[in-house]
Amino acid sequence: MARYVARRVLQMLPVMIGTTLLIFVMVWALPGDPFAGRCGQRPCSDAFVAAETARLHLDQSLPVQYGYFLWNMLHGDFGTVANGDTVLHQMIRAFPITLKLTTVAIAFEVVLGIGVGILAALRRGRAFDRATLLSSLVVISLPVFVIGFLVQYIFGVRLGFFRVTVASGAPWRDLIMPGFVLASLSLAFVLRLTRASLLETLNADHVRTAIAKGLPRGMVVRRHVVRNSLIPVITYIGADIGTLLGGAIVTEGIFNIQGIGGLIFSAVKLRENATVVSVTTVVVLIVLVVNLLIDLFYAVLDPRIRYE
Amino acid sequence: MKQRKLIVASALFAAGALALTACGGGSDDAGGDTGSSSTAAVTIYNTKPQNALIPSNTNEVGGGNILDNVFRGLVTYNPDTAAPENAMAESIESTDNLVWTVKLKSGQTFQDNTPVTAESFVKAWNWGAYGPNAALNNYFFAPIKGYEDLNPADPDEDGPKKAPVPTTKELTGLKVDSDTQFTVTLSTPQSFFPVEVGYTAFYPLPEAFYADTAAFGKKPIGNGPFQITSGDGDSGFTLEKWAGYKGADQPKIAKATFKTYTSDAAGYADLIAGNLDFMEQVPPSALVGDQYQKDLPGRTLNKPVGIIQTATLPMYVKGYDDPNLGKALSLAIDRATITKSVFNNGRTPATGWVSPIVEGYKPGACGEFCTYDPAKAKEFLAKSTFKGPFSYSYNADGPGNKESAEAICNSIKNALGVACQANPYVDFSTLRKDEVAKKMKSVYRTGWQMDYASIQNFLEPLYATGSSSNDGGYSSPEFDALIKKANGEKGEASLATYQQAEAVLSQQMAIIPLWYQSQQSGWSERLSNVKVTPRSTLDLVGLTVK
Repeated sequence: MARYVARRVLQMLPVMIGTTLLIFVMVWALPGDPFAGRCGQRPCSDAFVAAETARLHLDQSLPVQYGYFLWNMLHGDFGTVANGDTVLHQMIRAFPITLKLTTVAIAFEVVLGIGVGILAALRRGRAFDRATLLSSLVVISLPVFVIGFLVQYIFGVRLGFFRVTVASGAPWRDLIMPGFVLASLSLAFVLRLTRASLLETLNADHVRTAIAKGLPRGMVVRRHVVRNSLIPVITYIGADIGTLLGGAIVTEGIFNIQGIGGLIFSAVKLRENATVVSVTTVVVLIVLVVNLLIDLFYAVLDPRIRYE
Repeated sequence: MKQRKLIVASALFAAGALALTACGGGSDDAGGDTGSSSTAAVTIYNTKPQNALIPSNTNEVGGGNILDNVFRGLVTYNPDTAAPENAMAESIESTDNLVWTVKLKSGQTFQDNTPVTAESFVKAWNWGAYGPNAALNNYFFAPIKGYEDLNPADPDEDGPKKAPVPTTKELTGLKVDSDTQFTVTLSTPQSFFPVEVGYTAFYPLPEAFYADTAAFGKKPIGNGPFQITSGDGDSGFTLEKWAGYKGADQPKIAKATFKTYTSDAAGYADLIAGNLDFMEQVPPSALVGDQYQKDLPGRTLNKPVGIIQTATLPMYVKGYDDPNLGKALSLAIDRATITKSVFNNGRTPATGWVSPIVEGYKPGACGEFCTYDPAKAKEFLAKSTFKGPFSYSYNADGPGNKESAEAICNSIKNALGVACQANPYVDFSTLRKDEVAKKMKSVYRTGWQMDYASIQNFLEPLYATGSSSNDGGYSSPEFDALIKKANGEKGEASLATYQQAEAVLSQQMAIIPLWYQSQQSGWSERLSNVKVTPRSTLDLVGLTVK
């Protein structure tokens, strides 16, 4: 197991370097002059252009710029932004907020998605099952911003159950509504996936044997069915974490959450290459680590899986 | 057994959900405030400042909102008439519009109790004008004598050679006469100088700025009625009334919070829920069917601002410098229908090149060419050397740009019977890049937001030969001469000459006026005496809280 983990960690390195290089090249290749929009309707002064070009090494070739970036990153210097802030400070402020939001979303997915999926599978064909299938279908068909605006308007503005937007610093209770909105699509998928996987396992030989042996239904489900059905679901949730981290931008906009979604969006607009590449690098790292943890979790779920 | 477990589980779930809603509903947070006392803060919608909070480096509304309340310049602008009124200045006088004597009111101080002197202004202006400081508002100091020495040009444009370091750090045109007087010598006469000096770039700076510029940019020390007590760009700033302010414009509120929002939709949701007090522009979705007026009954305004949208013809493309073409295109655009259907009357059809709110505005400078007349348009097109097809380039990241571009092209197609294609650019900076490099192939969307409320600001920087924002390449010696003449005159005579210059633009129609912009603001029930400044921001001086 230890060798497996070590191998996986070593494999992360080329993936990260490759991704950062790719993002760097893509942002660099974006059309438009980085200074053209900065000074409004006037061209920026020569001195400003010269100062910024020197600061960002824009007059050097692409490999040299990338080299500067890597070198600085290894020293912990991710670059500075136009308003004097450092990229590192921006990330330290924004990442925890997005991670909190993602955690709430994952919690909804796991508890509601898997929980209701199991119940629906056990009550297959009955009213509860039909209701969950219908509601999850509705959620899948609606775009996330429609769900977001609806939930915000009905539960926030009109009924006043929740705060309409999230306070700065993103306290946990403010993130319940946005977390639910963010999780809604994935929740519907997890629900259906759990239900389908469970239904398949319920027909397996070992389950029929357990029931025939006389074990109570509840114990059969808990001990033999659920754990075996969870592998595809856990795979999906693991892959989803990356999507949630990156795709939270719409939800963050609706609820005014100062997370990395808005950070990347405004950085791309202002051509702040350092911010875009740094944030993306950290997201890639998080996704890689989470996927490694998910893979290790399989061994917990299914004792037959062994890692060398 | 199963039934009981299910019932228990549902009950627990329901109880949990209720508990959560109780948590969520009764919260109050650090930023906004829904308290009912009049000492509670007024919460105002703001965007994140793009640059450090340094006056000569702030040219956008996110930072401007903060600085305009924390500082006071030589003059402020009356919220109703946009006319300049003396603030730090006692008087600004000149006999020839070239040499200006600025006298300051005595006894004014900064919020760290250091005095506001002539030195505070002169040193600040020198800092802003000095090229290597890379201040975004550097060009505002260009009219002052000595500017070129602080901003040597790049000897070979984009080539490998860099601009040389300036030999001096002080403008020869600025001279401190005493603690309360300084003299400004311009390189050319400017009648609008007393209006211009109220702009953010000209604010005075305390010595603390030079000691630690980086810290100042996070928490500036000003001389205005409010001081920053806490906050940062990402969550927002809290401003409190400064007891030591000696000016006449004392605010009536004690505290204001400029809350940073990442999207205007979130801000609007907070506004109608009562968590936000003022939004200077409601999102376009709230304008449809005048929804914002239904959501905020009696608490909205729809007022023209100093912004105009135009369509520019590139004079460097063959055929576009024919006046008949400009006239034909202008007559073919149905402004009234477009402003009504695309902008829900958030814009007013333009009759000239100058916004209605500035001093010197005279309607009708464009004359017949800004009306919709397809028959006449066809006549002019027949006389023109170039007859199409046309394209209309615009930046797709602005709200309403796509719809208005397509509407303009459709109008041209219907009126003239020639092909017109709306050509999107992915964002503003990409469009600007091609404009500045003179690579545009056909008509393109341009706009202008005024720096200060003067008719000069809508004419000279845009249409004078070779001026900084004249990318289309329009050049008219008659226009240039009239502008120069107006700059040297005073009062009504000066305004009349500017109006004559504006009329010259209708001869070539190289820039087609489209519409004036208005702002649609909304506020909560807590506010009264709501007024917006000519800069479209909330006037915090006259504002009261119920």
